[in-house]
Amino acid sequence: MKDSDRITGAAHDSVIHDSAIKHVTGRAEYTDDITEPMGCLHAYIGTATVAKGQVTGLDLSAVRTAPGVVAVLTEDDIPGRNDISPTGLNDEPIFSHNVQFHGQPLFAVVAESRDLARRACTLARIDYDQVPHATDIDTAEAAGYPDVTAPLTLARGDAASALANAPHRIQGRMRVGGQDHMYLEGQIALAIPGEDDEMTVFASTQHPSEAQHMVAHALGVPFNAVVMNVRRMGGGFGGKETQMNLFCAVAALAARATGRAVKLRPDRDQDMEITGKRHDFRIDYDLGFDADGRFLAVDGVFAARCGWSADLSGPVTDRALFHADNAYYYPDVRLRSRPIQTNTVSNTAFRGFGGPQGLIAAERMIEEIAYALGRDPLEVRRANFYRDGADVTPYHQQVTDNILTRLVDELEASSDYQNRRQKVLDFNAQGGVIRKGIALTPVKFGISFTATWYNQAGALVHIYSDGSVHLNHGGTEMGQGLFTKVAQVVAEAFQVDLSRIKITKTTTEKVPNTSATAASSGSDLNGMAALNAAEQIKARLVAFAAEKWGVAEDAVQFLPGRVAVGAEIMPWEDFIKAAYMARVQLSAAGFYKTPDIHWDRTKGQGRPFYYYAYGAACSEVSVDTLTGESRVDRVDVLHDVGRSLNPALDLGQVEGAFVQGMGWLTSEELVWDDAGRLRTHAPSTYKIPLASDRPRVFNVALAEWSVNPERTIKRSKAVGEPPFMLPVSVFEAIGMAVASVAGYRECPRLDAPATPECVLMAVERLRG
Amino acid sequence: MARDHIRFLLNDREVTLHGVGATDTLLDHLRLGQRLRGTKEGCAEGDCGACTVLVGRLEGGALRYQPVNACIRFLASCDGCHVVTVEHLRGADGGLHPVQRAMVEHHGSQCGFCTPGFVMALYALWMETPHPTEAQVERALQGNLCRCTGYAPIIRAALAMGAHGTTDPLLDERAQVAARLADWADATRVDMTNGQSRAILPASVDDLADVLDQHLDARIVAGATDVGLWVTKFLRDLPVAVFIGHLDGLRSVTQTDEALHLGAIVSYEDARAPLLAHFPHMARYWDRIAGWQVRAMGTLGGNIANGSPIGDTPPPFIALGARLVLRKGPTRREIPLEDFFLDYGKQDRTAGEFVETIILPKPTQGTLHATYKLSKRRDEDISAVAFGMSLTVADGTITDARLAFGGMAATPKRAAHAEAALIGQAFTLDTLQAAARALPQDFTPLSDMRASAGYRMTAAQNLLTRFWLEQSGEAAALEDVQ
Repeated sequence: MKDSDRITGAAHDSVIHDSAIKHVTGRAEYTDDITEPMGCLHAYIGTATVAKGQVTGLDLSAVRTAPGVVAVLTEDDIPGRNDISPTGLNDEPIFSHNVQFHGQPLFAVVAESRDLARRACTLARIDYDQVPHATDIDTAEAAGYPDVTAPLTLARGDAASALANAPHRIQGRMRVGGQDHMYLEGQIALAIPGEDDEMTVFASTQHPSEAQHMVAHALGVPFNAVVMNVRRMGGGFGGKETQMNLFCAVAALAARATGRAVKLRPDRDQDMEITGKRHDFRIDYDLGFDADGRFLAVDGVFAARCGWSADLSGPVTDRALFHADNAYYYPDVRLRSRPIQTNTVSNTAFRGFGGPQGLIAAERMIEEIAYALGRDPLEVRRANFYRDGADVTPYHQQVTDNILTRLVDELEASSDYQNRRQKVLDFNAQGGVIRKGIALTPVKFGISFTATWYNQAGALVHIYSDGSVHLNHGGTEMGQGLFTKVAQVVAEAFQVDLSRIKITKTTTEKVPNTSATAASSGSDLNGMAALNAAEQIKARLVAFAAEKWGVAEDAVQFLPGRVAVGAEIMPWEDFIKAAYMARVQLSAAGFYKTPDIHWDRTKGQGRPFYYYAYGAACSEVSVDTLTGESRVDRVDVLHDVGRSLNPALDLGQVEGAFVQGMGWLTSEELVWDDAGRLRTHAPSTYKIPLASDRPRVFNVALAEWSVNPERTIKRSKAVGEPPFMLPVSVFEAIGMAVASVAGYRECPRLDAPATPECVLMAVERLRG
Repeated sequence: MARDHIRFLLNDREVTLHGVGATDTLLDHLRLGQRLRGTKEGCAEGDCGACTVLVGRLEGGALRYQPVNACIRFLASCDGCHVVTVEHLRGADGGLHPVQRAMVEHHGSQCGFCTPGFVMALYALWMETPHPTEAQVERALQGNLCRCTGYAPIIRAALAMGAHGTTDPLLDERAQVAARLADWADATRVDMTNGQSRAILPASVDDLADVLDQHLDARIVAGATDVGLWVTKFLRDLPVAVFIGHLDGLRSVTQTDEALHLGAIVSYEDARAPLLAHFPHMARYWDRIAGWQVRAMGTLGGNIANGSPIGDTPPPFIALGARLVLRKGPTRREIPLEDFFLDYGKQDRTAGEFVETIILPKPTQGTLHATYKLSKRRDEDISAVAFGMSLTVADGTITDARLAFGGMAATPKRAAHAEAALIGQAFTLDTLQAAARALPQDFTPLSDMRASAGYRMTAAQNLLTRFWLEQSGEAAALEDVQ
């Protein structure tokens, strides 16, 4: 019998990641580490070397006869549908002769080794009928390129007349760069053919069900013939929500064609050249405000570089609009998206999913007001926070859970913002080449998939007759600690130690019809589904115990490691054994769907979000005005995760998201050349933050007092995406340092990312 | 009589391999050949550190371990070494190693894919410095990328690792390992062929001269931090590769009264102490070259001989008046470093000739030195602009000037017009800015993914102002301001 009065690893405990020991010993198995089936072949994808045109000749004879080549696949070798578009628009062929971007997959080689497959790919002779291309928004717009999907308008009131009548009005344009996911583990799929039409695929995917559907489409088989498996990913960040569909489909096609297992792993360069990224945006804003710095009206157009196909550009650009208010009330507003097609890789989900690009526009407008009125931007922010009587968003959802005033007040005090701002101003007044900046910016982020049907989840929980518990759910583990958190929920429900819970790989065989692990929803949805499964089993156990021992149901209690039935207390495993002997079903499928949400996209009205997560950050930077180099000197964060399921893991999410967001806004720059070729396609040319880039002082705290007012899992809040937007404070602080060279008279209007070049050019511009 | 195989220790096992090709990588051997899959491939170009392993070798009888990127380390070059992968780590009690325990305790992993590489880099640091400072940790981790954690928990783990212990079984095995490697040191040439690919490891520097005389088309491979990418990225073949990373005769650092003599395969890491002792102005610059793994592999001679316009060593070395000793067979010649770079991809090196020594004149009284690097990311990035400058000032007048830039032309190049604008003039800010205005006569830089031509020129010009501020004792760069 267990004496402890508390289980280890309960909900809200800071337990380590379930795989931490496997990570540090190299024993955590990723897809490429799985022992290959006998005779496993390797595929590699051959891609287009022009940005737009028609393939007029595809001579693969040298490819076919190259050493080790077993098969070559083209669009003619697809038994099912040549399409992997995730939104059903049929606009994303696996292989195509109609080239829409430099790097478009044209064919695949299957060979005895990966090296031989790669080498054979280079032997293709391809002729193109090349036509002019457009890789950026401006060129595409000038050339009359269409939207890849239907745009969205959010409107309330009459923005046009309110702007016309506003005492102050500013129009401006901001460009916000994209971002590569740069997950350390690249895309990979291992397909193993089975009996009849069966195909089993192991892949690094955030969305096993969608990959299952795409493989089935490509093979022309029903969904039930395909099994997708993923134990863990080496990072996802949205880059493996739809982007692995290609690799899964090609591996499966190759496995079907050869009858052998086939593994497909692009190298880093191909991974970056042919998979989508965060959308870059061009934002045109027109704002009216009063002498107190309050918004009167906002009109914004959000054009996004979507790439050649729709992929997730619709919901991404929608979410940009949903967050174009950030935390601020716009009395009259019109926001429009422009999801424009370009001849680049099809952009996709990335942590924040368009939200960051919307939010940064709101913060830019705050800066405009502050510089125009000569005010501290924080004052302007406070004046515009959602408040009583001014609490309706541009999409007509009422903000009822706003905690920003308290959060920002606490951070302002703990970061000593006012004193430090004065010191920054004094420092800059000395006029040296090094300048400083400081900014405190908030985040309000809506939680739920805006595709309402995605807000559902399933779980499968077994208790074996020895009392050990098997846990499975539809969520995927990409490092965020989802598996640990959900296991904590189940451990708590059964009152058994976390070590009794066996965490198992995500597989479409156990939980069907799952949603992507995305939109920060993983623990909200899967935690609830797993809890539901546990509660079902518990209800059966309670009924069994009440009957067997002749007590009332409320006399059955789950104690740490034990079960009390009336006066009798027995060890968990004895109790389970007794239940098994009494033929109690010890397995349950759990289910959850988020309540109370609805969204009418055509009207632009509804309650798309179940709740909001909040946060704020205060950042101080130094900028070298001779070279444009910058350094983040200090960051203080106060972030809201409701009642944390695991404070250690949540802190890790906040710290990690912050640095990743800093990278987006400072050093990470995507560059396409005139030929339409991506020139930043590996870490040698694409620079994500290093250890030495992290803030010199980094104080991160969770708002421990926060409790989700909605009935979420243990009253926690989602944490994956919201903190990604905290480093907008870094961006704005850099802007302040730049603005100091012109006495803060002018809004610095930095474009993102604020690379040394971008900063130096802004300094030169402001100096005039 | 040449040996036709290599021998090395892999963790606790001896490995003998025949027919290793010139382009076979250590990482592929570990993952595919040995099925040791704790070591990961993240980028295959030595930039992410996920494949970090330790390579130990005897140096003057002592065993020394350094972190390397297995993805671009050629297998053939592991002859006579001890390769240690994450699978070999354990603590004194057989459980987790102190480094691993610290990482677990501080939540240093999230997705875990970069983690074995971080663990190995930290392990290398722990061996040298079990209780490091934050600055030492950052320097040790410049070659490791993590996309999940934001690094904060990894730094916390690194600072705590010594507290989890300062001994491990590998330290106890060192005598045995050293004895084994000493047994293998047979001063014999290795010559292996795998299909069309031939790998040669000369027995000595003189043997190298002979080998190159016999194979005029041979590719010399020192640290492989560039040649490695030719193979992993561009699938280039190396019909004959001559590996020189093991030749202690090219690793010497000596000095005369006038100059420092650096052997061609002195690594960035090993050059650090002697360089900074004589040229303290290079301290910040030197620590921004690559990451630890690449600094441990990459060599001064390789950085020069490969002729890149964006190599880190030529601009500061040219400014210092460096000279290069080239050798072919028994014949040596000495040339100014700047004369080595003829044009893009073209150097003053004849077939069969190799860089033997780099000679750096010691600083003289009255000469002011500076060297700066600009890049998109502060650390482990290739220069947008690299700059070295030496000014001799006598009685307030500039009597000599050497300004060399990287990233501004097709080769590392001196700024003749800017130098002319300085010499004979008073040492003032105005003079330096006049020299800056002359720079467009010296350079027409290119725009690429690292920087535009406009940024390169403007920033390069501003570096002359930075030089003035630095000499005036004013805050001239971010590091000067708290």
